[in-house]
Amino acid sequence: MTAATGYAPRRTLPLRVEIVRQFKRRRTLVMFGLLLALPWILVIAFQFGPQGAGQQGAGQQQASLRISDLASASGLNFAAFVLSVSASFLLVVAVALFCGDTVASEASWSSLRYLLAAPVPRDRLLRQKLIVALGYSATAVICLPLMALLAGTLAFGWHDIQVPGTGETIPALDVLPRFGIVIGYALVSQLVVAALAFLISTVTDSPLGAVGGAVGLWIVSTILQAVEALGTLREFLPTFWNTAWLDALAPELDWSGMAKGASVSVTYAAILIAVAFRRFRRKDVVS
Amino acid sequence: MKRVAALVAVLALVGVAVWGIWPSAPEVRGQEQRISVVDGPADDQRVELDTTFFAPPDGGKAPAVLLAHGFGGSKQSVRLQAQRLAQDGYAVLTWSARGFGRSTGQIALNSPDYEVKDVKQLIDWLAKRPEVRLDAAGDPRVGIAGGSYGGSIALMTAAHDSRVDAIVPQITWSDLADALFPDATGQGPENGVFKRMWAGFFFGRGGGPIQGLEALTRQPEPLSAEEARCGRFLPAICDIYQQVAETGKATPEAVALLRQSSPVTVAGRVKAPTLLIQGQRDSLFPLGHADANARAIAAAGTPVSLAWFDGGHDGGNGEADWLHDQTTAWFGHYLKDDGSAVARPFTVTRDGGRDPGTRQRIRLHPEAASYPGLGGTATTSVTLSGPEQPVVNPPGGAPASISTVPGVSGLLGGGGQSNVSVSLDMPGQSASFESAPLTTPLQLTGSPTATVKVSGKGQVTLFAKLFDVSDSAQPPTLPAGLVAPFRVTIPEGQSSVEATVTLPAVDHAFAVGHRLRLTVATTDMGYATPAEPASYQIGLASPALTVPTVSALAAPATGVAWWVWALPLASIVVAAIVLATGRGRSRSGGDPAERAGEPGVPLEIIGLTKAYRNGELAVDGLSFRVEQGQVLGLLGPNGAGKTTTMRMMMGLIQPDAGEIRIFGDPVSSGAPVLSRLGSFVEGPGFLPHLSGRENLELYWAATGRPTADARFDEALEIAGLGKALERAVRTYSQGMRQRLAIAQAMLGLPDLLVLDEPTNGLDPPQIREMREVLKRYARDGRTVIVSSHLLAEVEQTCSHVVVMHRGRLVSTGPVSVLLSEAVPTNGHGPRLEDVFLDLIGDKS
Repeated sequence: MTAATGYAPRRTLPLRVEIVRQFKRRRTLVMFGLLLALPWILVIAFQFGPQGAGQQGAGQQQASLRISDLASASGLNFAAFVLSVSASFLLVVAVALFCGDTVASEASWSSLRYLLAAPVPRDRLLRQKLIVALGYSATAVICLPLMALLAGTLAFGWHDIQVPGTGETIPALDVLPRFGIVIGYALVSQLVVAALAFLISTVTDSPLGAVGGAVGLWIVSTILQAVEALGTLREFLPTFWNTAWLDALAPELDWSGMAKGASVSVTYAAILIAVAFRRFRRKDVVS
Repeated sequence: MKRVAALVAVLALVGVAVWGIWPSAPEVRGQEQRISVVDGPADDQRVELDTTFFAPPDGGKAPAVLLAHGFGGSKQSVRLQAQRLAQDGYAVLTWSARGFGRSTGQIALNSPDYEVKDVKQLIDWLAKRPEVRLDAAGDPRVGIAGGSYGGSIALMTAAHDSRVDAIVPQITWSDLADALFPDATGQGPENGVFKRMWAGFFFGRGGGPIQGLEALTRQPEPLSAEEARCGRFLPAICDIYQQVAETGKATPEAVALLRQSSPVTVAGRVKAPTLLIQGQRDSLFPLGHADANARAIAAAGTPVSLAWFDGGHDGGNGEADWLHDQTTAWFGHYLKDDGSAVARPFTVTRDGGRDPGTRQRIRLHPEAASYPGLGGTATTSVTLSGPEQPVVNPPGGAPASISTVPGVSGLLGGGGQSNVSVSLDMPGQSASFESAPLTTPLQLTGSPTATVKVSGKGQVTLFAKLFDVSDSAQPPTLPAGLVAPFRVTIPEGQSSVEATVTLPAVDHAFAVGHRLRLTVATTDMGYATPAEPASYQIGLASPALTVPTVSALAAPATGVAWWVWALPLASIVVAAIVLATGRGRSRSGGDPAERAGEPGVPLEIIGLTKAYRNGELAVDGLSFRVEQGQVLGLLGPNGAGKTTTMRMMMGLIQPDAGEIRIFGDPVSSGAPVLSRLGSFVEGPGFLPHLSGRENLELYWAATGRPTADARFDEALEIAGLGKALERAVRTYSQGMRQRLAIAQAMLGLPDLLVLDEPTNGLDPPQIREMREVLKRYARDGRTVIVSSHLLAEVEQTCSHVVVMHRGRLVSTGPVSVLLSEAVPTNGHGPRLEDVFLDLIGDKS
């Protein structure tokens, strides 16, 4: 009898358990509350802000319409706007929080060692935690635009989407699958943040260090991206293709940018996650 | 983390250093030189040309490039280009053409008698330079490049001098008469409509518009009477210009004079491989001119390539870098023989939308293996419809429609980011015929043709243009802002005439849902139109608009970059390698089965060694053994290695050497046998936001074992937390957490229980209780290991002890034996405390 009766490594730390362990955290609840409230805050801002700028812009048919000018044109436009303002930072923080916190917080609570001694095999512990963290991240990325769609539709109505730039309209029903693509791409492009935060999370005992480290490196990448002198090298920065989802809302769907973005994102994510597993396997857990 | 940060810092430093010491391009110095040439029909006019010679920076003999400037410019306007070319390893000569800059002489419009003779003598001069590679004595390896006026001298010289080895003429004319008096019905310049604004700029003294903004900001200099009249033109040219500009009609003499300066007449003699680069936004020398040159040169069997780029006299992007690359590739191939891949016979710059990353406009350069001409490789017939419509020519020709304003569009267009212009038609002056919305996209490449019917009287001047009309509220766009002027004469006695109009050559994509609109107007601001008021009827003679397409160009849709697929696949391979090589290092000790331990021994430690990072040994060759039913006290001062040993028992840290066996199984991280171990080491570890009960329940759920095996009730009784069990753990006191953690360790009543300082934070009654619990626990055949500082505690609780000091085992055995061996002191029986202090050699 080498193991206790009823023990089987593949039954340890079921996803359900990990979901419950993470869900009741104040951090999780606050982040979801923020993501769900943000569209309503923006709706209020658009409703009560000085009339003019936004409204006029939509009516004027200027040569190039900005996405923010069109936000109050329809629920779909509003959702696209909300996504565009939050994808570059808010969602990054949310994803970094869920993935960066997951192992580091266990280390800081000392509960990690009891899980490992339970024993939950290390690979399995990481795998289950990664799945749950990615699940929470995906939920965050999905629920923001969906809530924005709901809020925008209630506030501005269900109209055809007006494309930024040319001002062309695309029928609302045609654009719904495109919206799915947008959300899908947003998910894939956040994989890098997730993987980076996850890697740092397995290295450090400080949950905020992991989140901050991931967000910090993200910011550095964004800054590097602004250096034109880097030329095509910039295409391989993880943040470079962040806004490629805008192509899905163009009159003609262009996959090339999103394909490149997804490629870069998956590449970084695969390597970072592999390194995370490798490090954690050999790590001496001393916290 | 620190190592990662250091790595990032090192990489950044390396990057900066490489950037700093990267060899910068060698400095190129220009050598000013005045070169005397003799030209004129009788070779009797001496002219001083102001030149600058840029020797190749790395010495040796290099091919030479003559770089010519545009109209109104001078050698200074091509200085940067010249330096760039010289850095690429050419001997570059720039010069101010006669009549420009500081050169003497008068402008003869690249006449074979004047400018061409000058350039031939520049080639003579180059042949004498030591830096220039020679094909034969007096015959240097030389290419000529230049734009507009400079492009035509390249063509003219190549036609007249066989020593020229390659040319890259840009945005230049083939027939100057046709450029200034275009006629879209093909009846030649004598019937053409005077391109009055461009002609005015061209013959005006400064050539202002070609200079762009500089022309607007430059301080005007006062002129002499002759200068004001003719600038620096040859008087003969000046007189003819004044005559045609006044009448708006090309006289045969004017056509003859302009033809003299036109490459089209001599292009068949060009033997130098020619790369013609023509602007898509050029109402002065539209694409048709490059077409005529290309056909004439190709007819003689000379290699010729044609590129339509995003630029021209009306602005556009200019694509300076792309042009430079194309030029150097052409010269590299034909002058240096370095095997550069040269432009395919036909290249078109197209709008590639916005770069998804930078949101900047990008340009694509689709190519075709042969040049199809302006008629395309295929044609699509688009049906236009519209009734006959009355139009008027306003008295005085004003107000006039606006399509392109020469010299201004380029400035106002903000660099002409897009390839379309907005044009303005005056009401009542135009007739329009529209197609149905397109059901498939239509890529027009070349000159569409349409046949119109004009009813009225006498000579009629008209302007045809093809608009792209989208369905939304966007105004229609006129591709490249180009119009096709034509003049028809309605014969006496007839009421109407039909004319086939060749519309301007453009490359334009009509999207699905857009319509094509043919507009025929009576006026255009850029052209001379009759002053007399008149009215006509304009209709379609045939509803078909023939649209040329070049499908070979559509092919180079770049597809996805190779790395889009390769990178993720490679990364997955790398990830797999990273994981495979990282799989638990097999420690020395060989096959575990070979040294199978005894399943009945709860704990056996053999030669266990673990070093701190600094190399100091935390545990040093520790060996001991615990039998079933023992309550073992693990004793030792701080830093003795107790906790490290316990962590190794839990598989949290890997020993450097030695082995731990629990019930005969070697311990490693996640070893299944750990499920028989309950542990509490170095304080509790709970999720603070959950209640005590939830913590225990979730912990047990995480082990994946059946709930019934947990024995929650017994564990909770030990914790003794009462109602506090339902509160969040973060509200607990130290003692409460301690008790909850011990309860957690006892969940499922493990066969081996390891407790580190279990009595910390407990009050005396609880300590007593705990003592009983542990004794009872061991009595049922289980084993307990307790580490403690409280020696009295250990003495009362434990049956056996292990004493450690500085990572080594000092003593082991039953408590009773240890005590009995000790010498009684101070008159009473031996205490464990004394034994312990004695053992670690710290007895005071």
